[in-house]
Amino acid sequence: MAEPDPLATPRIQLAHGGGGTLMQQLIDGELRRLYADPDQVLHDAARLSLPHGHLAFSTDSYVVHPLEFEGGDIGSLAVTGTANDLAMAGARPLVLSLGLILEEGLEMALLRRIVASLVDAARRCGVTIVTGDTKVVERGKGDGAFLNTSGIGLLQVDDPIDPLAIVPGDQLLVSGDLGRHGVAILAARHGLDLQPPLASDCMPLWPAVEALLAAGVRLHCLRDLTRGGLASALQELAAPNALELQIEEERLPVVEPVRRTCALLGFDPLHLANEGRFLAVVPEADRERALAVLAPAGGTWIGRVAAGPPLGRVLLRTPFGSERVLIPLSGELLPRIC
Amino acid sequence: MSAPAVLTAEVAAVRELARELVAITTRPWTLMEVCGGQTHAIVRWGLDQLLPPGLKLIHGPGCPVCVTPAATIDAARTLARRPEVILCSYGDMLRVPGSATGGDEPGDLLGVRAAGGDVRLLTSPLEALALARRHPDRQVVFLAVGFETTAPATALLVRQGMASGVANLSLLAAHVRVPPAMAAILTAEGNQVQGFLAAGHVCAVMGTTELEHLVDRHRVPVVVSGFEPLDLMRGLVACVRQLERGEARVANAYGRVVRQQGNPAARALLESVFEAVDRPWRGFGVIPGGGLGLRAPFRSLEAEARFADLQGGPAEAVEPVGVCISGSILQGRARPVDCPAFAGACTPEHPLGAPMVSSEGACAAYHRYGRRG
Repeated sequence: MAEPDPLATPRIQLAHGGGGTLMQQLIDGELRRLYADPDQVLHDAARLSLPHGHLAFSTDSYVVHPLEFEGGDIGSLAVTGTANDLAMAGARPLVLSLGLILEEGLEMALLRRIVASLVDAARRCGVTIVTGDTKVVERGKGDGAFLNTSGIGLLQVDDPIDPLAIVPGDQLLVSGDLGRHGVAILAARHGLDLQPPLASDCMPLWPAVEALLAAGVRLHCLRDLTRGGLASALQELAAPNALELQIEEERLPVVEPVRRTCALLGFDPLHLANEGRFLAVVPEADRERALAVLAPAGGTWIGRVAAGPPLGRVLLRTPFGSERVLIPLSGELLPRIC
Repeated sequence: MSAPAVLTAEVAAVRELARELVAITTRPWTLMEVCGGQTHAIVRWGLDQLLPPGLKLIHGPGCPVCVTPAATIDAARTLARRPEVILCSYGDMLRVPGSATGGDEPGDLLGVRAAGGDVRLLTSPLEALALARRHPDRQVVFLAVGFETTAPATALLVRQGMASGVANLSLLAAHVRVPPAMAAILTAEGNQVQGFLAAGHVCAVMGTTELEHLVDRHRVPVVVSGFEPLDLMRGLVACVRQLERGEARVANAYGRVVRQQGNPAARALLESVFEAVDRPWRGFGVIPGGGLGLRAPFRSLEAEARFADLQGGPAEAVEPVGVCISGSILQGRARPVDCPAFAGACTPEHPLGAPMVSSEGACAAYHRYGRRG
């Protein structure tokens, strides 16, 4: 049997963004399924009927390379990432916009997989995609596909979930083990053949936040542990309030394959990105209640908050009883992982 | 499902060794861990905080990127500017500043690349041969750095390069040998080092014979040590035990990796291609026997033999100018936090000296793990 002709593979062409027939075919054939109400796609703007209350609004762009990796792709990231940002404000994610910037030459089959993934992620996050836009850029001027999503959510808390609400005595919990997404991306990018493969932790965070609220946990702050990992999140929270965040390294949950891969490549799991993990800062009195909610999914207590120096700091107590100051990742950032 | 970053059994063993170290130490001692990888582990895990008060660790020069003379980097930069040259080396090497400044271009190889030079990163020396084959119209120059650990891989490149008959491959050979540097530290004026934790991976290749000679001549304990917290604590206990008893011999605290004879195949390969030569180390000056030079049958592969630009005598070890004290840090005479530029003018993003660039450099370790004084 003859090899398939690569030139015959259907691919994105510039005209798919040109507003003409091809664009209409792209929308009808591939993109219409993104919308719960297929007629939405015909309008310049979505009309929304939202519940009364305070809203949260967030936007994020996704430039991950490679576009597909173990346990997810740029589509699942784009929906989950923005929905999770809303959840971190204490808001139930409701609606999303979706901007697609496609590179000329992108395989149609890959676009179809990304669209399917967007649809599936929207269902899992409980959000509706209500408006969107598609552009095509010349070959070499994009990296397959760039996505942007903006989202609106309905706030479910009265007191703002905010770094400024953190006070000495608060307790620090993470919702699950660290570094899986970072390792999945590294593996895909560098062709590491991890056996068994390690899947990204990409998942919706709102259900866990909703469960914490339902259990009566007062949430002083939430932070998803995306780019820069737990280390960056802790840094960002320590500085504004001159706090010292004291972390027990022994309590940090890291699965063996992540630990081994990090040891091999010289990375610290604390700096690896996650796409389905968050840090919760709660009053000491609520710690056990929060743990009861988070522990069944692998969540755990990792440390406490104390008063700190003027610029704040993160102090890591090693398992051996020594201490070191955690500084922001520098000079060795892993580019474009989310 | 998930486990802590360190195994519980290892934690218990490290703590037990820390208690033992306190119990057996009756006097102040100063030890040097030779290898930058060991320095990183010590600072990463705060092992120095577990030591008895009088036991001092000095960080050694065991980072090949750090001790490569500025003049060698200058030579690589000179070649990389030539349009026909593809200059390749390991990642960290591309960011180490040479001695040349002036102009707007940063003084490292990446600066030459930004200005249009063809500078490439390799992860294995044999990639240089593949590059030479792929680009017969270009000159591929491999800047070969590293200790006895990476020299066998370079030796393999040399042998395959000669055998293949490619005419467009050459080497800037800057490999160095660790034991002569240990001797240089011991004989330097004002030396404080009373015992060594030797670099386990160097011994994994070379075995322990050269260290026996060092001990015979200088009468200091040398303990072959690994890179995990437990390996290092075992090394420290073994070294202090000897000092307390007035002994000086080679001990192997890294038996799970290191054999007395080393790796015979790798050694044979290395010794067939290289011989010991005097070589300048950054921070030290010329160390007798401190380098590995190509043996006569392979010298046609030396870049110096190919390019007139490089002729004019061996490179002097020019030190970086300004406030950077990396020379003293490499000799173990100062700590990174003693440098006025540390974490201020000198950071991993804007390094002034090699120890801040290399992933094994002492300054990079202090910076990465939050040591600030």
